[in-house]
Amino acid sequence: METVAKFEIGYSQSLNVSSQLNISLEQLAGKGISAAQLIEFYRTMSLVRVFDTKAIALQRTGRIGTYASCLGQEAISTAIGNTMAAEDVFIPGYRDAATLILRGTKMEELLLYWGGDSRGMNFSKNTQDLPYNVPIASQCCHSIGIGYAFKLRQQPRVAVVVCGDGATSEGDFYESLNAAGTWKLPIVFVVVNNQWAISVPRSKQSGCQTLAQKAIAGGFSGEQVDGNDIIGCHLKLQQAIDSARAGNGPHLIEAICYRLGDHTTADDASRYRDSEELEQAWKEEPVARLKKFLLNNQLITDQQLESIQQQCSTAVEASVQTYLNTETQTLSSIFEHMYQEMPAGLRAQLTQLESE
Amino acid sequence: MPEMTLIEAVNAAMSYEMAVDESVVVLGEDVGSNGGVFRATDNLQQKYGELRVIDTPLAESLICGMSVGLAAQGLKPVAEIQFMGFIFAAFDQVICHASRMRNRTRGRITCPMVLRAPYGGGIHAPEHHSESTEAIFAHVPGIRVVIPSSPARAYGLLLAAIRDPDPVVFLEPKRIYRAQSENVADDGQALPLDVCFTLRQGSDITLISWGAMLSETLQAAQTLAEQGIDAEVIDLASIKPIDKVTILESVEKTGRCVIVSEAAKSGGVAAEISAIIAEEGLTSLLAPILRVCGHDTVMPMFKLEQKYMPSVQQIITAVSKVMEF
Repeated sequence: METVAKFEIGYSQSLNVSSQLNISLEQLAGKGISAAQLIEFYRTMSLVRVFDTKAIALQRTGRIGTYASCLGQEAISTAIGNTMAAEDVFIPGYRDAATLILRGTKMEELLLYWGGDSRGMNFSKNTQDLPYNVPIASQCCHSIGIGYAFKLRQQPRVAVVVCGDGATSEGDFYESLNAAGTWKLPIVFVVVNNQWAISVPRSKQSGCQTLAQKAIAGGFSGEQVDGNDIIGCHLKLQQAIDSARAGNGPHLIEAICYRLGDHTTADDASRYRDSEELEQAWKEEPVARLKKFLLNNQLITDQQLESIQQQCSTAVEASVQTYLNTETQTLSSIFEHMYQEMPAGLRAQLTQLESE
Repeated sequence: MPEMTLIEAVNAAMSYEMAVDESVVVLGEDVGSNGGVFRATDNLQQKYGELRVIDTPLAESLICGMSVGLAAQGLKPVAEIQFMGFIFAAFDQVICHASRMRNRTRGRITCPMVLRAPYGGGIHAPEHHSESTEAIFAHVPGIRVVIPSSPARAYGLLLAAIRDPDPVVFLEPKRIYRAQSENVADDGQALPLDVCFTLRQGSDITLISWGAMLSETLQAAQTLAEQGIDAEVIDLASIKPIDKVTILESVEKTGRCVIVSEAAKSGGVAAEISAIIAEEGLTSLLAPILRVCGHDTVMPMFKLEQKYMPSVQQIITAVSKVMEF
């Protein structure tokens, strides 16, 4: 027998669990990440963590609906937002607050969405980004159309699509990888492997040794990165996006992290998850890891950290106030935007409802 | 004016629009060099290139979901599902995404796509190649469902569907793809969406049908005329939304209605039309509405499919019952 094809899947990490960087700060600056940017990374991750905590509190007090926390996914989400160009298109799942905020989505828009108001997905700034995608993995197919449009128009733009570990079991995921490889589309697939699809652990989701290797079957490369390592995530994302933009086709990044929270506010993970596992995961989480690095290397002071925390709280509070002060949409909004022009039958139903 | 069959009219409409609108792209299985298994996309790839006439991998959900992405970028995808029996893998993309993208982004992102599929029985095809499941799509808010029944209407309605700013499921009655030719001006003139077409004026009874079954319905009307019964025949054409005005005005005039459809009877489009007349036109009725439909069975394999499909005689019998009520 001769070997006709050989594949390998790499794993990389830049900032390890003890907050040690595998290169010098000078080398890191040479790769395009300055100390000032590291502080910005920290600021975004902190902001999302404050937002997340606040959103859960708002849900518990009945002021938004079911909320899907981003806790533990701040690093990969921030890295995506920081490495995409404004003209690229982001195709989210539903735990992508950091990416969306970096792309210009307002926190009050996200709160509107989780608060049960469709205006939340009418992004005021990143107008070509797709809305949150609740059915699992179907957004991967959308990324194919978007990537294909870039190719057809010969635009140097990239589509970045995010899904979770559970999504990699869906047909739409495989169909999309296959198409992306067939047409060599400018798409970066990011699988945020947070180890849990509601109550089903990664080990029961797939017999594949890695999720990244699913890209191989699609005809392109995939790799793993420590998803709790903002620096490693950033470098890998930048590389993949640059490569896709240069016409080298798609790439898949499996970011290994951990869902530190429940699946959503309607879930109770203690029913199916060991507390020891969760405790261990907290020791590896991304925000504290970067904070420790910044402090160890005297890149930030306690006073600056305090000030960042304060600014994040102020910004989140302001968004909450804006959200709470937003009036509910009118009855007719249910019928609006079903079609560009409201058909006669729909208008009659609206008239009937308004008369009741 | 060239003579065209229905399938040639479908081809001509796509070709016309691809020529005048660069944003139109055609995609699906075998739509490229093969020109589609029914030749709906014949020569389009030769004329407009491989980038705009896309042979996709064999993956229906991808075809529909990709179309959602293309449309989100301002293109106008015209996607082909090879047979309606295979459309269900794409249904999630229709109901969860195509139909509601405009609504859930408050108009920020729209979905001007067409999902074409040949549908219906009567061509002695294998399993899964003969179903009429238009009602499943008609139940989905946010899309249009259109079925042409002649070459001219196929041409004009497909142009309208491609130009429509919202998603359209365009179902082509494959039994009559080549059954008749007529002169169709290839002039880019679209027909209106959301309306019925009255094919025959009459005063005694309203016959409503769509797609291939209009052949039997018109034949029945002809025979009935010889018996002194003057039937009005309406081509529903717009399965969603339904043109209530034309239907109710006709029933107001005739006082009677028979609906003819080859789809399974229960929960179908014929039931919806009956409900519309019952709700809004009851006082016009001189007799109960009758439905002449397929049955609530699996579409039989082809040796018995003629027994499943409504016949001219069944339509005449139903009309006689209504007339004698």
